Amino acid sequence: MSDGLINAPTSVIFGGVAVTGIAAALVGARRDLDDRTAPMAGLVAAFIFAVQMINFPILPGVSGHLLGGALAAILVGPWVGALCVSIVLTVQALIFADGGLTALGANITNMALIGTAAGFLAALALRRFATRGRFGLAATAFTAAFLGTVTASLGFVLEFAIGGDAAFSLGGVTGTMVGLHALIGIGEGVITALTVTAVAASRPDLVYLLRGTAKPLELRTSPLERAS
Amino acid sequence: MTRTKRTWLFFAGFALVALVIAGALSYFADSDPDGLDSATLKGCEVVQTPQGEQLTGSCIAQRAEDHDLAAGPLADYAVGGDDRFTGLAGVAGVAVTLALAGGLFWLLRKRDRTKT
Repeated sequence: MSDGLINAPTSVIFGGVAVTGIAAALVGARRDLDDRTAPMAGLVAAFIFAVQMINFPILPGVSGHLLGGALAAILVGPWVGALCVSIVLTVQALIFADGGLTALGANITNMALIGTAAGFLAALALRRFATRGRFGLAATAFTAAFLGTVTASLGFVLEFAIGGDAAFSLGGVTGTMVGLHALIGIGEGVITALTVTAVAASRPDLVYLLRGTAKPLELRTSPLERAS
Repeated sequence: MTRTKRTWLFFAGFALVALVIAGALSYFADSDPDGLDSATLKGCEVVQTPQGEQLTGSCIAQRAEDHDLAAGPLADYAVGGDDRFTGLAGVAGVAVTLALAGGLFWLLRKRDRTKT
């Protein structure tokens, strides 16, 4: 969102929420990062930046784009995922003048914290389907992304309720935001399902949600390594 | 091929996909307002005037402020305001994001004592 849509005190509050969330994510992320997952997570952030540039049509005159929270959480975990989306939003605001500077805290709260958390919790709830095969994984990724997107849009509704222009009906804003983001969520779901299944097809060991379930590649490849 | 080598090959492929999306596919992005912008524009009409775009009617977006960094060299995913270079801006964004995120995550990672 741009600056000016929510008032200064509310921007400060959600700036604090964002800083607190990022601090927690920094602590949690350490556990999930190693020599292999650290570069993977950097690439996930770069990929989300790229895909966020691609607005797709959802209605005549209205577009949507990936938010990326569920995608990041499924691939690299919720803590690292929240950091990935936070970095993308910060780069967009500071370098590409996309998303206001005082609104950065609210934007991080919505897309990096709420979107990632909601997407991850949905994916976690469906994990036993995700581990059953490609279709289960795709359905899990789609559902997680859809719910993450709609929940993230409710973050804006909350901020607008606290510090937005009271002249506009909150019910109207909520209906429009949720309706449009349900449509965007379908696109988000498709992109997330395609990406996650593509990664899982070649490297299931690099998909956080499948950790501990994918057959360890080491066991399968070590005889070949020894033979060569 | 060693496991490490295959992993880095996978990473190179992933990076290439991101670069192609930001560098080439970005030209095909829909330029209509996104979900949040549309929601805040509800009640307004965008009219072209000699002073630029103006909003008539009554909508939330009328309170939106111009971006403080709107004059930046890569503002709005263009280069110096020229959106023929969107792909270049996108590639720069991917590179900066990868450097910042990759650098941060590399610093945060658990040091692997049982190096593969």
